[in-house]
Formats: sequence, structure tokens, C-alpha cells
Amino acid sequence: MNVHYLVLGIPLIASGLLALISSLRVSTWVNVLASFSCFATSVALLFHRPATTPWLFIDDFNVSLVVLTAFVGFTTSVFSAGYISRERKEGHLNRRNLRFYHAMYQAFLFTMLLALMANNLGLMWVSVEGATLTTVLMVSLYRTREAIEAAWKYFILCSVGIALALFGTILVYLAAQPVMGPGEEAMAWTFVIQASAKFEPSLLSLAFVFLLVGYGTKVGLAPLHAWLPDAHAEGPTPISAVLSGLLLNVALYALLRFKMILSANGSALAPGPLMVAMGLSSLLLAAFMLYKRDDIKRLFAFSSIEHMGIITFAFGMGGALSNFAGLLHMTMHSLTKSAIFFAVGIITQIAGTKNIVGIRGLASSHPVLGWSFLICVLAIAGLPPMGVFMSEFLVVSSTFARQPLLALPIMAGLLIAFGALIWKTQNLVFSKPSIDAGQQYAPWALAPLFAHLALVILAGVWLPEPLVEWFRSVAKMLG
Amino acid sequence: MDRAMQYDTAHLIGAMVLLFGFQLLYQRRIKSVLTTFAFQAGALSIAAAWQAYIQNSPHLYVTAAIALIFKAFFVPFALNWLIKRLGIHRSVETALGVGPTMIIGVVLVALSIMLVLPVTQGATALTRENLAMAMSVVLLGLLMMITRHNAVTQVVGFMALENGLILAAVGVKGMPLVVEMSVAFSVLVAMILFGIFFFRIRERFDSLDLHYLETVRGDRL
Repeated sequence: MNVHYLVLGIPLIASGLLALISSLRVSTWVNVLASFSCFATSVALLFHRPATTPWLFIDDFNVSLVVLTAFVGFTTSVFSAGYISRERKEGHLNRRNLRFYHAMYQAFLFTMLLALMANNLGLMWVSVEGATLTTVLMVSLYRTREAIEAAWKYFILCSVGIALALFGTILVYLAAQPVMGPGEEAMAWTFVIQASAKFEPSLLSLAFVFLLVGYGTKVGLAPLHAWLPDAHAEGPTPISAVLSGLLLNVALYALLRFKMILSANGSALAPGPLMVAMGLSSLLLAAFMLYKRDDIKRLFAFSSIEHMGIITFAFGMGGALSNFAGLLHMTMHSLTKSAIFFAVGIITQIAGTKNIVGIRGLASSHPVLGWSFLICVLAIAGLPPMGVFMSEFLVVSSTFARQPLLALPIMAGLLIAFGALIWKTQNLVFSKPSIDAGQQYAPWALAPLFAHLALVILAGVWLPEPLVEWFRSVAKMLG
Repeated sequence: MDRAMQYDTAHLIGAMVLLFGFQLLYQRRIKSVLTTFAFQAGALSIAAAWQAYIQNSPHLYVTAAIALIFKAFFVPFALNWLIKRLGIHRSVETALGVGPTMIIGVVLVALSIMLVLPVTQGATALTRENLAMAMSVVLLGLLMMITRHNAVTQVVGFMALENGLILAAVGVKGMPLVVEMSVAFSVLVAMILFGIFFFRIRERFDSLDLHYLETVRGDRL
């Protein structure tokens, strides 16, 4: 029995099932259960590696992201249960919307997991496109003017991006085909990477430019990031959490697979400098933009752009240490950012506004929520002892060792973003409360947040040796 | 049939797709944009069928059929019907005049030829030039999306871009399964547009002009 079929099958079947269930109670439970069983089976992948086929494969690199995706998918489904039932009670969503929402949530998980496991580069492309479509539908869920505008913008920009990525994929196949002959194998990553030294290098270089622009749009790299803040701000908050925490990672993963093909070729264009440039510009642009935000969800959407910039920069630098830092940061950012969106979801619901100015003094009106939110923000801003600090520290120090001049803008960007986050959230947590303390939320709603936060703090203090060893081997694989 | 004939015909059909791509740029009325798009899709369908024939790969006939039935007939008819029903204004609103747009279009075609031909020396002449044309079509579609405000014309621009992708995919020998998948996705894309966006956008706004949407944004970038 191949476990990975189970990991893919559960969300797919659940999605079909959820489209048929109209009771909100039942569908929330099915959603949580399906996400949990998907996560549980994905853990089995760590111990049991299924055989590689031209369509699907599992290796050291993608298995971590599969488990991470399934985990965040599960915790977000728990958070979503509380969030959605409150939205329903307040009449923001009707029953048909919700049936659709749950079905799309599982479909979205399925497409992301498929993109991660796909060996065939075309299949990977189709799954990323599928993930785009499902999230577009979820972003437009509220049917407000802003939500539709955001969804439209997201749809158009990402469709163009994804179309360019397909063109890049076709070019890679074109490079592979004279060497490997026509057929499925010339599209399968595991075969392509072995033969790529014989490919025409200039064709691969051209392909990578298209892939970088294409998948880079989905990663939210500047200057192609315009869709990201709108899509995060206008959709339901659980969707913001999975967009930031998971979808951006998946797009970057796709890009990295192609980067590996180029590195294995040797004489093609070096993908590093391009990624460094885009990563750095995303970091700096987003860091300055943070100061101007007055919508809390947009604020953290920009912070996602900033962090994806750091990760892209780290992978662009390459080398064992930078890749290690990039992998760690990818994981830490996923966990921390989705935790932040869990908190933000509850905050916006009890405050009834997304405007930062309208939310004050959480620490006195809702101490548990306020303090845990503050810790999350400090974590994402990169304060020790949290995991994000460690990965950012590694990025900076590995850059200092090799390109000291590049370390300066990175440092500057990190500090500017740090200042912005502290400045923006200070009044949110301290100062005179603006929210009535009687505004309650379900106590278990914070459970997923605590789970993420515990992992992030733990990773900052102590990374288990097998995990380090394993990150190291993947970092070596990435070249 | 000898190779030269196969090559010339494929070249001719590819050039037709490209020409219609140019023609899309200077249409003044939405109705004629849709007609031109239908012709482009028709030409694409012939190109796919021709490739199926010379490569002896029958699955490309499916691609050809989908391009013909769905893109050349169904989409333009449905969009026309929508425009009539919703009373959208019939003229194309441009962000850039026709003259400059055409000049940029020519530059883009030259650029893609200069870019593609040198890097594909390993491939056959047929593949190379087909790819250059396909890339031009992609870039022209992109140009159309950038220079038009109207949602309908933007969607047409996107579909023209996709035509270029399919032209590229059918021209590469033995590309596995992806053609069908990408076509299936274009169906899905169109479904979403029809089902959700058009009606909802219409519900909320009085115009399908995206420029109009820009004005309501509170917090840009």
C-alpha cells in the first residue's frame, strides 16, 4: 500500500464529500477530521518512502514540506471551525457559501500536496494552477466589492504568472527532449535531473527566466507581489493563514526544483544572482511598506512578502549553510505566520474591524490573546529565542562570511521591518483598551496558535539532532 | 509528403495565429475583438491538427477539437451573449493608443525571434521557429492584457496568451499529456469567469471596466 496515495486521496475524497454536506456542524467536523487524518498519514511518509514513479515521488526535500503542509492544514482547519461558526452566526456567510468553502479548503490542500509530490513537471504546474483557482474562489467568498476586486486581481496576475511558468516548463521539456527522447520521462524531475548536464544550457537559462517570473509571481516576490496583500486582506482569515503559510512555500518549492536542474547542468545561467536580487528587493520594499499599512491583515501580508524575500535570498546565495537557513526559515515562517493569522482572525472578530487604529489595549481587555499575539509578532520580527531569529541569524551570518556587502542591505531590511512591526503593534497590545472585555471567543480557539508557538520557541532553543542532520542533507542536495 | 512541405505549412499556420494576435491589438469594438479571437483559436486548431498529422500523434487532434469547439465557437458566443445581456459598453477602452501598441507588438515579436533562435540550435528548424512564433503570441497576449482596461478584453488577452502556450506545446514533439491538461484548465478558467466573476462584478458595479474598480481601493499596493 502506498501511503502517498492515501495522503492525496483523503483531501480529494473529503472535498467531494463536503460539497454534498449542507449541515455546518457536520461539515466542520468532517473538515477537521479529514485534515487530521491527512496529517497523520503524511507522518507515515517520514518512515516509509514509496517507490518513485514518473508521476509522483517523495524525497528528502519534499517530504518535509508535505508534513508541514498537512500539519498547518490541520491546525488551520481547527481554527477555521471557530472562525467560520462565528461568521455564520453574525450572518456574514450563508449556508451555500460555507458548503463551498469547506469543499474548496480540502481541494486546496489536495492541489498543494499534489504539487509537492509531483514528479512530472507538467503535473506540478497543473497543481499550482489548481491551487490558484481554489484560492481565488475562497478569496471572493464574502462577495463584497473589495473581495471581488481582490480576487479578480489575484486571478489575473497569478494566471499570467502561471502561464509564463508553463512556457518555462515547455522550454525545459524542449531542452530535455533531444537528450532523453520524447515521452513521459523527459518531463519527470528525477530523470531530468540526472540527464540535465547534457541539456542545451542557453535554453535552460531562457526557461528559468520564465519560471522565475511565473512562479515568482505566486511566491509574491517584488515587483510581482501586487496581488498578495489584497488577497490576504479580503479573504476569510483561515485562508490568509494557509496562503501565507503554505501556498507561497509551494510556489517557491516549484522554483527550487528548477533551480536544481539548472545547477546540475553547470553551464547554464547561474540562478543565484537573479534570486538574490529579487529576494533583496522584496525584503526592502516590503520593509518600508509596512510603515504605511493601517489594515492589520495587510500589515502581515506585507510581512509575508518580506519573509519570502529573505528565503529566496538565502536559496539564491546557495551553499550548505545558506540553504540550511533558507529551509529553516521556510518552516519557521510558515508556523509563525499562520499563528499570527489565527490571532488576527480572532482579534478582528471581537473588535469588528481590521483597522489597526481601531484596535487597542488587547493586553488588558483580553490578556491571553493579547500576550500570545505579542509573542507571535516578536517571533516574526525576529527576536530571540524564537525560531525565526535563529534562521535569520543564519542567513545574515552565512552572507557575512561570503558576501559582506550583501549582508548590509539584509540587515537594514530586517531592522526596518522590525521597527515597523513593533511600532504598529505596540498600541494594539498596550494602551487603553478599545474592545469591550465582554467580547468572548471560544477558549479552544487559541489551541492551534499555542501549538505553532510552542514549536517555534522549541526550534529556537533546541533543534533535535536528527532534524538538523536531515536539513543538512537537503541543503546539500539543493546545491 | 516531403519535409519542406510539412515545414512550410506548419510555418504558415503558425504565422496565421500570430497575425490574428496582432489584429487583436487594433480592434475598436468588443464584438470584433471576439470575432478576431475566434479566428485565432480556429487557426490554432488547424495548427494543432497539422502537428498531429505530421508528428503522427493522434492525441493532438483532441487539442485541435477543443480549440475549435470551445475557444473558437463557445467562448466568443458566450461572451457576446453576456455583453448583450449585461449591456456592457461595446467599445474597447485602451490605456495606450493603437499606434504605439502596434509598435511595441512588433518590437516584442523581434525580441522573441532574437531570443529563441540562438538558444534552440539543438532543436529542429520546425520546432525553433514554431517556438519563436508561439512566444510572440504569448507576449502579444500579455501586451493586450496590459493595454486594455475592460475586463472582457483582458480575459480575451489572457486566452490569446494561452493560445500561444498551446501553440508552443503542440510544436514540441512528444510533449506528454500536458496539452490535454492545460486545455482542461482553460475550460475551468472560463467556467470561473462566467460563473462567478462576470455576474458578481455586474451585481456590484455598473461597469466591467476594471479602471473603475481601481478608484474604490482604500489601501493600495
